[in-house]
Amino acid sequence: MNKELHIVVCVKIVPKPEDVTLKEDNTLDRANAESVINPPDKNAVETAVSLKERYGGKVTAISMGPPFFDDFMRLIMAMGVDDAILLSDRAFAGADTYPTTLTLAAGIKKLGDVDLVICGEESSDGGTGNVPPGIAEWLGWTQATYCHEIDYDEIQSRFVVKRSVSTGYEVISIPKPAVVSVELGVNSPRFPNFYLKQEYDQSYKVTIWDAKALNLDPETVGLKGSHTTVDSLKSSKGKERKKQFIVGSPKEIAEKLATIILENM
Amino acid sequence: MSKTKKPTNTTDWKGIWVILEHAKGKVSGVSWEILGKARELGDRYGIRVSAVLLGTNLDEVAKEAIYRGADEVYVAEHEALMHYSWEAHTKVVTDLVEKYRPNILLLAATHNGRDLAGRLAVRLNTGLTADVVELDIEPEGELLVGSVPGFGGSILAVIKCEHSRPQMATIRPGVLIAQELDTSRTGEIHKIASDIPPNLITTQVLQEIPVESVDISKAKRIVAAGRGVGTNLELVEELAELLDAAIGVTRPLADIGLKSRDHQIGSTGVTVRPKLAIIVGVSGAAHFVSGIQDAETIISINIDEEALIFDHSDYCVVADLNDVLPELIEALKARLYSTAK
Ligand SMILES: Cc1cc2nc3c(=O)[nH]c(=O)nc-3n(C[C@H](O)[C@H](O)[C@H](O)COP(=O)(O)OP(=O)(O)OC[C@H]3O[C@@H](n4cnc5c(N)ncnc54)[C@H](O)[C@@H]3O)c2cc1C
Repeated sequence: MNKELHIVVCVKIVPKPEDVTLKEDNTLDRANAESVINPPDKNAVETAVSLKERYGGKVTAISMGPPFFDDFMRLIMAMGVDDAILLSDRAFAGADTYPTTLTLAAGIKKLGDVDLVICGEESSDGGTGNVPPGIAEWLGWTQATYCHEIDYDEIQSRFVVKRSVSTGYEVISIPKPAVVSVELGVNSPRFPNFYLKQEYDQSYKVTIWDAKALNLDPETVGLKGSHTTVDSLKSSKGKERKKQFIVGSPKEIAEKLATIILENM
Repeated sequence: MSKTKKPTNTTDWKGIWVILEHAKGKVSGVSWEILGKARELGDRYGIRVSAVLLGTNLDEVAKEAIYRGADEVYVAEHEALMHYSWEAHTKVVTDLVEKYRPNILLLAATHNGRDLAGRLAVRLNTGLTADVVELDIEPEGELLVGSVPGFGGSILAVIKCEHSRPQMATIRPGVLIAQELDTSRTGEIHKIASDIPPNLITTQVLQEIPVESVDISKAKRIVAAGRGVGTNLELVEELAELLDAAIGVTRPLADIGLKSRDHQIGSTGVTVRPKLAIIVGVSGAAHFVSGIQDAETIISINIDEEALIFDHSDYCVVADLNDVLPELIEALKARLYSTAK
């Protein structure tokens, strides 16, 4: 008899990209930025929960971030996730992908009996896409990135995934345990159940694990554990634009546009 | 499980390596672009440029790599490398890196390039600058400086990896320029024996589903459509045909399959630099804008006067695209046909 699946879904809480700007002194201004669940991670949650519904088992969400992200974790639970863990420690701050993947892998390892880790393809703020394979390497597990469909072959105890590659798609079969990432937009993430959210707000306490709980040397995580450094920031506005509004009836606008188009072909 | 950070003696590590991505011997454009930039940097600082090829039957491709700028090519030919797998590719590249110690290791920021790079960086215990759009080396000729887009592309972070080697980076397609084929160039081709244990690869390839691909990254004119068109591209197609323009779409339209992923513009799609872009029904999210902001002239049509896309446009039209596009098509037809006579 196969045991039921234990699926971990990795999520990141990110500022809305359009809300983050550069100040005069080229430091980040994220004071007015709304925090949201990284969009592809919602597709990851949907994938995890629907796998649970089909094959049985449970889903645990893991995120690295400050303790006040617990509210987002309960929101994710209201999408059908069973447990939520925040990896939270001041020492984790300023991490590049190397210590980030180390920390997430340590959390997954501590859970112990995980069959599948599902991540979103990339985060909308950092956008490296390197976290899923990094986690897999720390764990010594197999990986499949940019997946569209994930199925569980109960007889073989393997996952069958369709992933997108430069030449199209490939369907591959990978053993358990595995780390996969799913592409943004591969499914329609369900809405959180707000009654459930309210219930969790009152009765569920998100588990918090710090560096000590994860048995991680503070020298190896966060900024200190990073190989890369951000030298500076600069804005990427592209060209200066004229921002000239063309007005009139559709016919008049069309005539003006036709002239502009033919002059700029 | 933590590895202690090795204090790397960085002076032992030399040269620029480019891992060429290919499908059955057809090298992807982005790999030639990276090699072209490596050549330029190599010439500027007197650094040796090496290409790395993994697969089978690579003699012709290896020669082409020399013609396109490599001083030497490492060729690892093995049955197990015919199809990309993280297991075999990570193993072979790791073995090569440990043996020859390149200072800089560049890969394409494609799906498989990122799949491999993310894994390699942890195995090699080094830094990885991901999705680079501007690449340079500091004047001393040692340190790689890569600019990467953050927050959808509106902000660039300049990243360095000072103490670990090799300095790894993945490069976004369409941001660098390939060298012209120069068949008079010469270089060395090293055939490498790879050690791939038979049970190393646990991934089984069940099916390959090729999708016809187009390259809109070099198009002179582009008509780009967003969700404002609904699910109907007829007007956009007619306008594009009239102007001999390529069609681009935002990510949601590619997600629902209205156009294939190669038509998607943006940070997870292609970067385009047309002379003229006509953008209709697109809100102007940072992830989209970063792929088209280098267009020479941008015209946008959006029903919402507050749409962010107007901040990135030269000519802005606040209107329903279904009202303006038919009139525009008529106006253009009248002018194009009258000048043709
Ligand atoms: C990690 C990540 C990566 C991403 N990568 C990309 C990427 O590479 N490329 C990309 O495009 N997006 C990307 N996105 C998504 C991006 O954030 C936006 O969601 C997307 O670009 C919005 O697409 P849109 O403008 O078509 O749709 P919407 O934002 O829904 O905008 C539709 C626009 O059409 C206008 N409109 C509606 N009806 C009409 C009409 N009749 N006439 C005229 N105008 C009309 C509306 O006013 C609106 O402004 C990414 C997101 C994430 C999180």
